[in-house]
Amino acid sequence: MSMKPDAKVVLEVKDLKTYFKTDAGVVKAVDGVSFSVREGETIGIVGESGSGKSVTNLSVMRLIPSPPGKIVGGEVLFEGKDILKLTEKQMRSYRGNKISMIFQDPMTSLNPFLKISTQMIETIQLHEKDVSKQEALERSIEMLKLVGIPSAEKRIQSYPHQFSGGMRQRVMIAMALSCNAEVLVADEPTTALDVTIQAQILELIQKLSAQMGTAVILITHDLGVVAGMCDQVCVMYAGRIVEKASTDELYARPSHPYTEGLIKSVPRMDTSKKGDRLFSIEGQPPNVIDLPPCCPFHPRCNRAMDVCRSVYPPVKNIGNGHEVACWLHVEEQERAQALANDKQEEKA
Amino acid sequence: MTKYIVNRLLGMIPTLLIIITLSFFIVRVAPGGPFASERKLPEVVERNIEAKYHLDEPLIQQYGRYMFDILRGDLGPSFKYKDYDVNYYIANSLPKSVVLGSWAMLIALVFGISAGIIAAVRQNTWIDYTSMGIAVIGISIPLFVIAPVLQLIFAMKLKWLPTSGWYTTGEGYATVILPAVSLSFAYFANIARLMRSSMLETLRSDYIRTAKAKGMKNTTIIFKHAMKGAMLPVVSYLGPAFAGIITGSIVVEQIFRVPGLGKFFVQSSFNRDYTLIVGVVIVYSVILIVMNFVVDIIYAQLDPRITYR
Repeated sequence: MSMKPDAKVVLEVKDLKTYFKTDAGVVKAVDGVSFSVREGETIGIVGESGSGKSVTNLSVMRLIPSPPGKIVGGEVLFEGKDILKLTEKQMRSYRGNKISMIFQDPMTSLNPFLKISTQMIETIQLHEKDVSKQEALERSIEMLKLVGIPSAEKRIQSYPHQFSGGMRQRVMIAMALSCNAEVLVADEPTTALDVTIQAQILELIQKLSAQMGTAVILITHDLGVVAGMCDQVCVMYAGRIVEKASTDELYARPSHPYTEGLIKSVPRMDTSKKGDRLFSIEGQPPNVIDLPPCCPFHPRCNRAMDVCRSVYPPVKNIGNGHEVACWLHVEEQERAQALANDKQEEKA
Repeated sequence: MTKYIVNRLLGMIPTLLIIITLSFFIVRVAPGGPFASERKLPEVVERNIEAKYHLDEPLIQQYGRYMFDILRGDLGPSFKYKDYDVNYYIANSLPKSVVLGSWAMLIALVFGISAGIIAAVRQNTWIDYTSMGIAVIGISIPLFVIAPVLQLIFAMKLKWLPTSGWYTTGEGYATVILPAVSLSFAYFANIARLMRSSMLETLRSDYIRTAKAKGMKNTTIIFKHAMKGAMLPVVSYLGPAFAGIITGSIVVEQIFRVPGLGKFFVQSSFNRDYTLIVGVVIVYSVILIVMNFVVDIIYAQLDPRITYR
């Protein structure tokens, strides 16, 4: 769990913007998100429901249902190449091959009408045309063994409903990694599972990514999971990354009031005493339709200032590669300037 | 599976016996009778006729006699048509209705499924609106309008097809086309709508998203991943639809002079032709029961989560 500054960047997301056109207005689900993932690194994307973490990653896969959704700006560089500019056909050769994805609900994510073998073989043969069916089957069995499915030779001929939830998620992981993907996007892979199974699945993802050198983008709302698994963390709120740092740095020095709130609301065995009430952040996440250009967190923030209510904070590097978008970390002078500019614009 | 099939087949027997019993008594409860007419027959004549058809016996004895005949495969004499018995009329007309119904069903299936899939894949485009528009027309315009309009266009104006008749009476196989197309319209419409909505639902499901994330092509996704699941509602509609299309073609059979079963279905109940009514009901029930059975088997073939023991 160390930073890997020397490893090369596999995936870089730059100023990504994904908007949804609805009858009620434009939903800016992802509004200027940037992050990068290095080889073998695990990066966590944390946020409440609706903060845009899933949409960010579906945008990376270019799987946003369109209409109503559309990627309106930014770049997604995979090994230096902007995959947003690829044709649909070229993009298909990336999906499942270079960038794979596993989903939240393993109970519904596998096709109930097809055998596990069919679903695994087709993935391999789709991306590696010269592999025979027999070879693909053998490799699939190997993958199933790797993710810990007992008697894989026999079980591969079963249908998904003959597996438990945890086993299905293992199958999903095996399938996602069967083409040696460089990046694995795991969209809340343990949310639908029992707590005991959750730990096993996370451990498995961690083990395999280390073994195969796969970079992992882990989407979660569970900061406990992040602490155990990720090298880097991005905290998302209302379609933007509000804080980004290495995991150790983030826990040692949470700098955005929202991150502080999140960390405080994780129940702890060591410091909390019996009878303590668990902290929770007051209020609700904002409606992201036609969001005003202010800090979206200010209504829930107990340190909100005038400037928070009218201008979105700039992203500041506060050292150690720790970035935060909060007016608290901006010089007094600059804050006053921003506020003055905004007032002037309003008048004009 | 074999055990299940045997059980189901055996289970059909009591079902049929109940249906026969119920219809035997219900038709006799209906006012009037096969020989009731406006002018009262002389009492002697009436008594003779009743004696000939055993109508003078107590009802329970008639029932026993009828059931005994049925077990021997004899549906009895028609009370109205003197030339032949019920077996003959059904054996003669049922194949024609089955041929007509099967062609209509085939047309409805092929076009309904294709239209449904295309409409779902191209949702909210002109293709979707056009095919669903045709489907709504198919459901809302009655057969007795569609059939003559088709006759007018394709037989009278364009002279491509014969107006009416049936190939068994030497009028050519082209006679099947117009009645089959007219009959298929409503079923096409239903199948297309069912197929569209279930395909839309399937395409939004998580496992289709997984297939997309694996990099599958759209056509592969539709036919390999979505088709089976999307077919299920259509398959369950097929059982009753097939029974309905074979027996419910009276309008089409009348308009196109097809010597099918539909005529007897309606005429027999107007005539209070007791034996013919029950005979036709038996045919209808057998088709319905068998088709539902076939549908259940197809279901299990499509969906691995369903197993029968």
